[in-house]
Amino acid sequence: MKIIVSVKRVIDYNVKVRVKSDNSDVDLSNVKMALNPFCEIAVEEAIRLKEAGIASEIVVVSIGPNAVQEQLRTAMALGADRAIHIETDSQPEPLNVAKLLAKVMEVEAPELVILGKQSIDSDNNQVGQMLAALTRRPQGTFASKVTVEGGDVLVTREVDGGLRTLSLTLPAIVTTDLRLNEPRYAKLPDIMKAKRKPLEVKTPADFGVEFKQHISQLKVETPAQRQAGIKLDSVDALIDKLKNEAKVI
Amino acid sequence: MSILLIAEHDNSTLNPATLSAVTAASQLGGDISILVAGSGCQSVADEAAQVMGISKVLLADNACYEKGLAENLSVLIVELAADYNHIIAAASSTIKDTMPRVAALLDVGQLSEIVAVESADTFKRPIYAGNAIATVQSLDTVKVITVRASAFEKAKAEGGNANTEVVDVVFDIGGSRFVSEELVKSGRPELTAASTVISGGRGLGSAENFSLLEKVADKLGAAVGASRAAVDAGFVSNDLQVGQTGKIVAPELYIAVGISGAIQHLAGMKESKVIVAINKDGEAPIFQVADYGLVGDLFEVLPELETKL
Ligand SMILES: Cc1cc2nc3c(=O)[nH]c(=O)nc-3n(C[C@H](O)[C@H](O)[C@H](O)COP(=O)(O)OP(=O)(O)OC[C@H]3O[C@@H](n4cnc5c(N)ncnc54)[C@H](O)[C@@H]3O)c2cc1C
Repeated sequence: MKIIVSVKRVIDYNVKVRVKSDNSDVDLSNVKMALNPFCEIAVEEAIRLKEAGIASEIVVVSIGPNAVQEQLRTAMALGADRAIHIETDSQPEPLNVAKLLAKVMEVEAPELVILGKQSIDSDNNQVGQMLAALTRRPQGTFASKVTVEGGDVLVTREVDGGLRTLSLTLPAIVTTDLRLNEPRYAKLPDIMKAKRKPLEVKTPADFGVEFKQHISQLKVETPAQRQAGIKLDSVDALIDKLKNEAKVI
Repeated sequence: MSILLIAEHDNSTLNPATLSAVTAASQLGGDISILVAGSGCQSVADEAAQVMGISKVLLADNACYEKGLAENLSVLIVELAADYNHIIAAASSTIKDTMPRVAALLDVGQLSEIVAVESADTFKRPIYAGNAIATVQSLDTVKVITVRASAFEKAKAEGGNANTEVVDVVFDIGGSRFVSEELVKSGRPELTAASTVISGGRGLGSAENFSLLEKVADKLGAAVGASRAAVDAGFVSNDLQVGQTGKIVAPELYIAVGISGAIQHLAGMKESKVIVAINKDGEAPIFQVADYGLVGDLFEVLPELETKL
């Protein structure tokens, strides 16, 4: 079985982003970048399916500027077999990303596509579902457990009220939640080996996809900051404040 | 202008998050139709008809919509979409699953989790775990929108008098089959609807110790929440996670116990009216957003709170 994993290069999750002084966008210059945590979980899940003898090949795809090759190499160091870099300097919207991935699916014909449920920069939570709709395939979003059984994949999903399990006919699209697995770290020899794994560079035009703008970002602001309040020295003082000052109990 | 709002429900009652979406929708201007899609969900339609501000209830009652499978629900919404300029709903897990499919089938973008309506096509939404707020304008003729319920007041659940129209189109797309679910039942208020929330983190140390916090919750009539670390460690179930990737809450009072205050956790609770932090580390970042901080050992503080409340 062939698996496609799509990955995004984003700000490192430990970094607190700052807004540019002209409010045009956030400032990503000289900021540490990394593999989006949910994408890392997607890569890990694919590797586990390969280790279990279920997957035979893992193709990792990323869309973005030249720099995303760093994240593709990371994914290959972790265990992906080859990579496709679709080069663009624009920041494509989710629907454009989904359209490109749909074309990649046409060419590669995978049985399973695994994506992160959201990227921690735009927090959209859209691409997997859009890809599933465009390719008319079933989807298992926010997965905390994935089991392949013959021609189906069982996906346990994290939903508002708890957990829900679906059975999807392959090919299917799965998006990962945090508790699906704990990603491994790349080992040095594997990082070296990943440098020689195949990485194909394509453009959106190669797939016949033209980006269309649906949403325009007018400005970006820093949210109102909360002020640190006061420290109290006893439970009694806390109860008194909550009753008589904040009046919330 | 007309708006299609998708109701969130469990086939028997309307989820209150829907009322927040109604408020957001009413700020767009225009007639609001509400779609109740489910199975055996007449009572939800009856409830929806009472909601202030609704002009029409569309009831799609069929077994294929029972579990809210995104494949079926999205095609149903697209079928109805032609009559509307906006398609809007509260960002529940069902809607997060379904709406991007709707947008893709309509070939439009989606505006996820808006927190403010600036005009009929311009909205504010948090990005980067809420560390920045983007003002975004939709360029599409049909606007597909999900709403962060905690950012909008709830519309009045009563006083309306909408007609109900039956929608009898059935879309059973196949490919996805419901197998089972484990829904967590709790006698406490629902996390996203509660006016007081008390959340525990890794500092609680074990599932058993969470009972210390639950006892305080019961004294306060509060909902219980948790950090990701507490959920990952198996202290409590996943539906209690508050944060960037869990539930977003904005209660009158939020009490964080043994939680350090990572940006991903703050993303889910920093709009709370009053925040209390209880942590033994006086330098923990949670104190930077807390109105009242208590530096101390939670194993002493929680039992004392329980007796004194
Ligand atoms: C992509 C991504 C998404 C994430 N999404 C979320 C999310 O939605 N929600 C979320 O919460 N996290 C999320 N996280 C995780 C987040 O980064 C933190 O790891 C997590 O919030 C930490 O949980 P914690 O505060 O309980 O644990 P810790 O950071 O370990 O803090 C424990 C705290 O307990 C205190 N403590 C310990 N013992 C005691 C005691 N006896 N008495 C008093 N205080 C004590 C300690 O001083 C410490 O401050 C996400 C991370 C990533 C990468």
